[in-house]
Amino acid sequence: MTAREPIHCDLCIVGTGMAGMSAALFAANRGLRTALVGRTGEIIFATSLIDLMGVHPVESGTVWADPWAAIAALVRDQPRHPYALLPSEAIRSAIDELLDFLEANEMPFRGHPDRNVAVLTALGTAKTTYRVPLTFWAGVEARERKRPCLLADVQGLKGFSARQIASAASTSWPGLRTTRLVLPRVAGSGEVFAERLARALELDTHRRLLAEALAPHLAGVEAVGLPAILGISRSVAVLRDVEQRLGMPLFEIPTMPPGTTGLRLKETFERGLGAKGVTLFLENRVLAASMPSSGDFVLEVGRIEPELTIRAPMVILATGRFMGGGLKADRQVVRETLFDLPVHQPAGRAHWHREEFLDPRGHPVNRAGVCIDASFRPLDAAGRPVHARLFAAGSILAHQDWMRMKCGSGLAIASAWAAVGQAVGRLGRRKPPSS
Amino acid sequence: METQVVIIGGGITGVGLARDLALRGVSSLLVEAKDLCAGASGANHGLLHSGARYVRSDPAAAVECRDEGALIKTLASHCVEDTGGLFVAVEGDDESHIADFPGLCARCGIEAREISVADARSLEPVLSERLIAAFQVPDAAVDPFHLAFDNLSEALQLGANAMLHTRVTGFDCDGRHIHRVRLRNELTGEETAVAAAQVVNAAGAWAREVAALARIRLEMSYSKGSLLITDQRLARRVINRLRPASDADILVPGGTVSIVGTTSIQLDRLDRIVPTIEESEAILQAAAVMVPALATTRYIRSYAGVRPLVASSPGDGRSLSRGFALIDHSADGIDNFLSIVGGKLTTYRLMAEKAADLVCHRLGVEAPGLTRTKPLSSFAANQWTQAGLSPRRWMQAGDPEDLLLCECEMVPASAVEAVIAGIRQQGGSVGLNSIGRRSRIGKGSCQGAFCGVRLCAYLCDRGERTGRQGLEDLRSFLTARWRGMRPILWDTALLQEELQEALHCGYFGLELSDRQL
Ligand SMILES: Cc1cc2nc3c(=O)[nH]c(=O)nc-3n(C[C@H](O)[C@H](O)[C@H](O)COP(=O)(O)OP(=O)(O)OC[C@H]3O[C@@H](n4cnc5c(N)ncnc54)[C@H](O)[C@@H]3O)c2cc1C
Ligand SMILES: Cc1cc2nc3c(=O)[nH]c(=O)nc-3n(C[C@H](O)[C@H](O)[C@H](O)COP(=O)(O)OP(=O)(O)OC[C@H]3O[C@@H](n4cnc5c(N)ncnc54)[C@H](O)[C@@H]3O)c2cc1C
Repeated sequence: MTAREPIHCDLCIVGTGMAGMSAALFAANRGLRTALVGRTGEIIFATSLIDLMGVHPVESGTVWADPWAAIAALVRDQPRHPYALLPSEAIRSAIDELLDFLEANEMPFRGHPDRNVAVLTALGTAKTTYRVPLTFWAGVEARERKRPCLLADVQGLKGFSARQIASAASTSWPGLRTTRLVLPRVAGSGEVFAERLARALELDTHRRLLAEALAPHLAGVEAVGLPAILGISRSVAVLRDVEQRLGMPLFEIPTMPPGTTGLRLKETFERGLGAKGVTLFLENRVLAASMPSSGDFVLEVGRIEPELTIRAPMVILATGRFMGGGLKADRQVVRETLFDLPVHQPAGRAHWHREEFLDPRGHPVNRAGVCIDASFRPLDAAGRPVHARLFAAGSILAHQDWMRMKCGSGLAIASAWAAVGQAVGRLGRRKPPSS
Repeated sequence: METQVVIIGGGITGVGLARDLALRGVSSLLVEAKDLCAGASGANHGLLHSGARYVRSDPAAAVECRDEGALIKTLASHCVEDTGGLFVAVEGDDESHIADFPGLCARCGIEAREISVADARSLEPVLSERLIAAFQVPDAAVDPFHLAFDNLSEALQLGANAMLHTRVTGFDCDGRHIHRVRLRNELTGEETAVAAAQVVNAAGAWAREVAALARIRLEMSYSKGSLLITDQRLARRVINRLRPASDADILVPGGTVSIVGTTSIQLDRLDRIVPTIEESEAILQAAAVMVPALATTRYIRSYAGVRPLVASSPGDGRSLSRGFALIDHSADGIDNFLSIVGGKLTTYRLMAEKAADLVCHRLGVEAPGLTRTKPLSSFAANQWTQAGLSPRRWMQAGDPEDLLLCECEMVPASAVEAVIAGIRQQGGSVGLNSIGRRSRIGKGSCQGAFCGVRLCAYLCDRGERTGRQGLEDLRSFLTARWRGMRPILWDTALLQEELQEALHCGYFGLELSDRQL
């Protein structure tokens, strides 16, 4: 192997989902020299809604208005859930710190103090979440007050029918009217892609065309809902501009992924983390890692072949689950892909999934993952930390089912915050490497 | 309502009978409890048997398959891919079985040509290096959906009627005669009845239940078979293992995929016909001996069907052939009722013909059966189950406004419109499941996670469905797709499943009740 000059840092974060991105922010804010490695494949699927805790117990499908009370109940009933390791002040600080960062980078979020909100989805269901991008907020308020609104969809944008949404939501939100916008001069003809439309609407002339198309349908409505197409990097400015032209509040509804919402998060993080001095290795993976008992972790990074080496005394594993690539299953077992850490899992494939997809209890394999100690360090088979300076955060953690509990981003952010806190605490204690 | 013949069951036997009768000028009403091909006719291997598989165990059935397979190849060629087939043996397989095979085939008049192992492997490179013998036979692949839909469409064109989602719930009898058949619409719950001169039970595995409605005991046993679908087509030809018929020894091409199976598991109830994880493991391990790539390839789905086996002892006059049974229920006290069960997809035409002969004899109709000579008509609305057709058409037409609702299999809105028109003509119900059954929607790698949402939006938009109905439809579509996904969820398929769940539960919250809307 040719000797490459390694890149040195205090902390290497593996994974660029919500957990990895958040961890990089927290580490940079605490003055750690931080490297972040990951493909940006998965975050673009995210809705960008920040769930904290919504449903418990999942068996009964009980939806909570107060996420903090829901977490308290969850931790009481399921003490192995990772939230049990996180005092509510820690979760609160983590979310505040992250949202401050996103706001400073032109992606502000809104919500009610200490309360969940309900967001209308692209199927007309109501999704319980905690914080929503500002561009969704007028919809949350309008729904709460049952204001008469216009929902518009766009000809050529598949999987998003205003008529369907209004019809499905009609019992809880009766005053919804619909229209279909035909915008060939903004998005071209034929199939319309949300991202393309969003980027087009960053131009003034296209916004004028959008406002003109909406204008004839505004009589008697108090707000307008659109699929999430209002810009990528400047969504709030785009929203405000169109609102001004219409003279009424405007809101977005997340489309089917991959849409614009995940892309906004990704671009915002990349911009903001770069500015904070995080060394980013995007579109890269850690291909191999060694874990000496003393001294630095050595991580080989590249797209397909190793292209560079990172040496860091501490690593946070935020590689996600099957979709992210942190876990992988063959026909018999689930493995952790980078360090081959022990994975808590049901005994055999026959027990991974229930017979019905929508079984309210959720599928047991969703609770498989890496077990951690109170310091967010992965545990070995004997229940001891695998390594004093290896931490894990996000959906790779065992004993949670974020898809059913609606705790995805909240858990990712809070566990990242706690893992970084542990890393900061340990940096001082580390012996200097003996040369 | 009134008709000459009520046909119970919209599988291949029932639709074949409707066509046969229509061609003889006899009116019929076909009633199907669920949808067309909801039973074994939509859950089989799609192998148009040359008969070679049965030369040892059942020479009579082998000859039947030989003749019927050849007829279907010429009369319904648009539903057949005449791939040819191979019988191959691997190290350890019974040598005497191999030695006997050509002679047994010859005795049944089935052409079996021995080729060298090297030639076999150059024809089908996926074959194992441990091959010891190979024969070419005239097997082929048939699209059972296309075949069934065209049979029904031709019957309807000739004046037959059909009611889908309509279950036969009872018979009003008058002495030795059924004079009315009671029906229930399974979607609306509405009850009706139809008067008929003759009633035919073509309810496949459910024939015992239907016969019981007339207080007739039909002794049947059930054998469940499961199959696995690969995400790529692995071989050009049908590949059979040359050994006494056993589990997981056939690989059949199905357009752009391959299908491997089957298992054979005795069942005593029909309430849950789903493929299991144990079966998928068993198939994969056994079949990999013949085609090693089957151990590592990606699977897209699995499915299961039930073969009805009619327990009939020879000599009671009931058993027409060992392949299928035509049962004249006058012996059981009802003179205008008969059951036609068992057999194969390959022999459906013959089964329908024999049943129609008896019906016509009873009705005093002398018109001869025509299905032995008359080619099956082809209907545009029914062709969309063929893999590769919609992308081809879509690209030829080059209409950018014709949006692809299913991106994996490239099914555009125009194809969905054609399918909807066909469903209406068949008296079906327009929804995700019925459109999926008649097209490639939901059959690609997303297994419905994404195209389900797009199609749902499309149908609601078109006013076919309200928002709430759309949600119900989507749930039931995902539920049905799931049954076939569960046994193959590892590696990439598991990753795909997680994305599906993130979308449908994480975002849409479909697992929660609509009270929370
Ligand atoms: C369809 C969808 C809908 C969602 N909806 C919501 C929602 O409504 N509300 C909400 O709060 N959250 C939502 N989420 C987001 C979800 O909550 C988060 O993705 C989840 O919490 C997991 O975050 P994570 O960072 O732990 O993992 P992931 O997001 O899976 O990220 C894992 C990262 O690790 C990287 N990685 C894996 N292996 C390696 C390696 N060897 N080297 C380098 N990098 C590696 C991957 O490339 C990826 O970037 C949604 C996600 C999806 C997909
Ligand atoms: C796993 C498997 C693999 C197979 N592979 C092949 C193969 O490769 N080649 C081959 O030639 N053959 C094959 N077969 C056999 C072939 O599939 C069947 O012989 C054939 O499909 C039977 O058709 P059918 O119409 O008689 O029954 P079915 O297709 O089962 O139809 C019966 C119909 O009756 C309906 N019904 C039931 N009760 C009622 C009621 N009360 N009212 C109204 N309707 C009712 C059902 O919903 C169903 O649609 C296979 C079978 C199985 C199970």
